[in-house]
Order: sequence, then C-alpha cells, then structure tokens
Amino acid sequence: MVYKANIRPAWVVLIMLLLFTLAFTLVKTSDTPSSKTIQAEQEKPDKIDLSRFKNAAENEVCLKCHGQSKYTYENPESKKTVTKRMFAELVMNRDVFYVSNHREFKCTDCHSEDYSTFPHAGNLRMEAKANCIDCHGGDEKYAKFKFEQIESEFQASVHSEKHSEDFTCWMCHNAHTYKINARTNENLKETILYDNLICLNCHGDVKNYQLLTNKIKPNILQKHEWLPNQASHFTNVRCIECHARNEDTLVVAHHVVAKNQAVRKCEACHSKNSILYASLYKYQVSLKIQKEGFIKGLLMGETTTIGPDKSNRLNIISLVIFSLTILVIMIHAILRIKNK
Amino acid sequence: MNHENQRFYLYPVWIRIWHMVNALLCLILIITGLSIQFSNPGTMVKFSAAVSVHNIAGIILSISYALFFLGNLFTPNGAYYVIPVKGFITRLKKQFIYYTIGIFKKEDAPFPVNEESKFNPLQQVTYVVLMYGFVPVIVLTGWGLLYPEITVNSFVGFSGLDLTDLLHIFAGFTISIIMCVHVYFCTIGKSPVSNFISMINGYHESH
Repeated sequence: MVYKANIRPAWVVLIMLLLFTLAFTLVKTSDTPSSKTIQAEQEKPDKIDLSRFKNAAENEVCLKCHGQSKYTYENPESKKTVTKRMFAELVMNRDVFYVSNHREFKCTDCHSEDYSTFPHAGNLRMEAKANCIDCHGGDEKYAKFKFEQIESEFQASVHSEKHSEDFTCWMCHNAHTYKINARTNENLKETILYDNLICLNCHGDVKNYQLLTNKIKPNILQKHEWLPNQASHFTNVRCIECHARNEDTLVVAHHVVAKNQAVRKCEACHSKNSILYASLYKYQVSLKIQKEGFIKGLLMGETTTIGPDKSNRLNIISLVIFSLTILVIMIHAILRIKNK
Repeated sequence: MNHENQRFYLYPVWIRIWHMVNALLCLILIITGLSIQFSNPGTMVKFSAAVSVHNIAGIILSISYALFFLGNLFTPNGAYYVIPVKGFITRLKKQFIYYTIGIFKKEDAPFPVNEESKFNPLQQVTYVVLMYGFVPVIVLTGWGLLYPEITVNSFVGFSGLDLTDLLHIFAGFTISIIMCVHVYFCTIGKSPVSNFISMINGYHESH
C-alpha cells in the first residue's frame, strides 16, 4: 500500500484543534459580558410612573426627605433654611420600592401616623416593627408561601436561637425592597446570586455582622478553602443548600443550622439522591423540561449537578447498548469455539 | 499466501509502554468514572477519592495522549493510521464479512498483518475515530470540567458546563464500549493469547 500521498490524521486533528480554539475563543468572548455592557445596564435609569400607585402622592410627603441623601427644612428659631445629610439607612430609593412586592403600601400602613409631624417625636423610634408573620400569617391568599412554616423554621434556626429577638426578618429581608425571586425568576444564576447576597450582606460585611456580635467575622473564602472549584460552587449553589435544612418544596429554607452541621460531603449533592434535587433546582429543572421539550429534558435530565447520572432514560439506553455489545461478543465467541 | 510461523517486530518499545500505560489509565478512568457517575453514599468508591484518582489519571492520560499524538505526527508509526481513500469501503466490507462469516469457515484473514499495514481496514477506522475523535474530545472536555470557569457559559441554548459534561460522558461511554470489543478482538490471533503476548514482546505472530 502506498501511504505517501495521504495525510496523517494527526495533522487533520491538529488543524481542527486550532480551528476549535479559535471558535471557542470567539464564543467565550461573546458570552462574557464586557465591563462596558455591565456598566451600561447598571446605569440604565428605571423610569417609574408614580401616578400608577394610589399611595404615591401620600408617600411623597415622606420621600421628599427620605427619598434622597439630603433633606431641607426651615429652622423656626433662626428662620434659616438648613440642609442636612440623611442617614444612609433611612434613605428609601423610589426606583427600588416601587418595583418591590410592597409597592402598593403607604408608609403609614406600617409606620406611625405621628411621623407626619417634623421634627419627628423621639419616642417614635421605639415603635414596634411588624414581622412578616404579623401580616402574612393565617392569610389564605398567601397560604402557598407557607409563612407559618417559614416562621417555625426560622425560630429553630441558629440565627434565632443565638440572637433571639434581636434577629428579625428584616435582618435579611428589607421590607422596602423585598421582591419575590425564586418562583418568578427563570434565570437560576440570578436567583442564586440574589439569595447568596442576602447571606453576604452580614457574613461578607463586618459592619453588619457586628451589629449582633462582637466576634471577629470569619473569612468565608478561607473557611471554604476545602471546597474544590470554590468560585463555581459559590456562583452555582446557594449558601442555604448546605447551611440550612431543605424540605422537598420550593419554600426557601429558613432553618439555618450551626456551622458544624453544614453539609460537607461531596456526595450529598453529587449523587443520585442529591439534596439539590429538592427545592429550587427541582422546580427550575421541571420548568426547563416543560418549556424546552423532550430532547433537552432527556439530555439534561433531572438533576443539575455535574457528575452523577443525570437522566434515567439515557442510563437505560446506554445499558441496552452495552448489553447488546456483550451479547454479540458472546455469540461470536461461542460460534468461534464451536467451529474450531 | 502462507503466513505460517511468520514473525514481525511490529511494536517498538515506546508503543508498548504507551499502550500499557494507556490501558491501565483507561481502566482506572472507567472504574472511577462510573463510580462518580453513579455515586451514591456508601455504595461505591468514596466520591472524593474517586474524583481525585479520576483527575490524576486524566491528567496523566492527557500527557500520554500528547506523546502518542506527537509520536504519530513524526515517527513512521503514524503511517499506519492513514486511511487510503480509494477502495476503502470495499476493503471495509471485505473485513466485515470475514469477521461475520469467513472466520467461522476458517478462511484466511483478508488483510494479514505485515510491516506495511499493522491494522486491518476495520481496525484502522476504529482506531482513527477513537484516537483522533473520542480521545481528544474526552481530554478537552475533561480539562473543561476540571476548570469549569474556562468553559463557555452557554452554547446554542445549553449550559456550557452541562454540554461539556454530556460530551465527556458520551465519549467515555463510547470508549468503554470500544475497549470491550478491542479486548475481545485481541483473542482472534494465532492463539487466543498470542496478540496479548505481542504487546509484551513486540513480535506479531501471523496466523
């Protein structure tokens, strides 16, 4: 046989590899948002039509001062106009409030009517603040969100046990900005980021962390050094998957456990009975299969972790192919022995 | 043609060492790969141990594949992987008919092994598809899974990581099937064990 005229397949593969690298780089650069587009998205002003909200005009009385970083009043003694800075945590951003779940409320639904006078009376800051369950408990309209279960899970959590009354719903959920997320957002990564930022608000910021303790805040990156591909885990898994008891429902886990009870075994997630198969991921995958059809459902399967068997149907197909191969080999071998 | 008692020195030392290392790595990778794929607490090899062994074996396989690749680019051994296009289908058919019918009638192999062609047409096409198709795919996707941040975020609507995972598993499954068939076909020699001995001493015995 003459080989001289033919090309070795290794050269072909080498050229294909080069082309692949080129295509890969192109796809990779196009799907990573550049800093410019991120900036543009952040700067995009949210124009909110306040006339859509029946309480907006009334709320403006408060937001006139609390809607920006400074406020102005006339000093009755000196008759001078004074401009002062508003404490950052007392500033309510209209753009955020009017897209939040509580956007239809007026300020005085939750805060005392007495705030209508200025300067506000000193004892007003002692007013008791309502917790989620105070409004949402026992309400049929909100039954599917299971606020009672959330409340009892929270009561059993390490947050509640260690800090008792000091730790309220508002430590994690801001009543002025809260927006439903896991059930409505189809972008899994956004939901994960949203939920993890709640934890990081204190566990990633010593100022907030030390509101409840004088302890030194542990360094999260160091504490999770044992976790392979840390960055991938942090962007693809919610803190609560390992740090809270998850029930097999979409209800966001509130039973946050002490650090020594957190999940540390790889196979807790990377296995057939993955804990991730409960809750958020199950909901998202079922949505995905519904929306994107059979083939994608078949290929992408029922879990979202890397490694463990994803799809039972694919497993059955591969088992059949493997068995057939072994069967053909056995028949061939038997025939060979017989004909010897 | 009578090939009785013909011996050819076909497998140089580097090929035999590479082949042995490759076989061992493939076995380790298949076993650990399966235990990662079907991981369940308590039933298989410990997940973290399986992952570590799989990663290390995969890295060694990448190096070993790079050596194979370079060896077949620049040494005469690469010529055995060149498929002559003319009459290829006819030769493939001939070999297929030999394996399905001729072999049982004790016919002579249509493409006996000699210094110029180490592989029969069916072997040749399998090895080319395997070594220049599935193995590069499994090595590349393996690195993609080892460093997930280098994979693309999404590709034609699929998550890049899921797709990489799927390709890796598909290639792994195919390689495992080919390996089973490969081991069985090695029993078709002068005696059922002679081809295995060839891969140790380097000499091929014709039958």
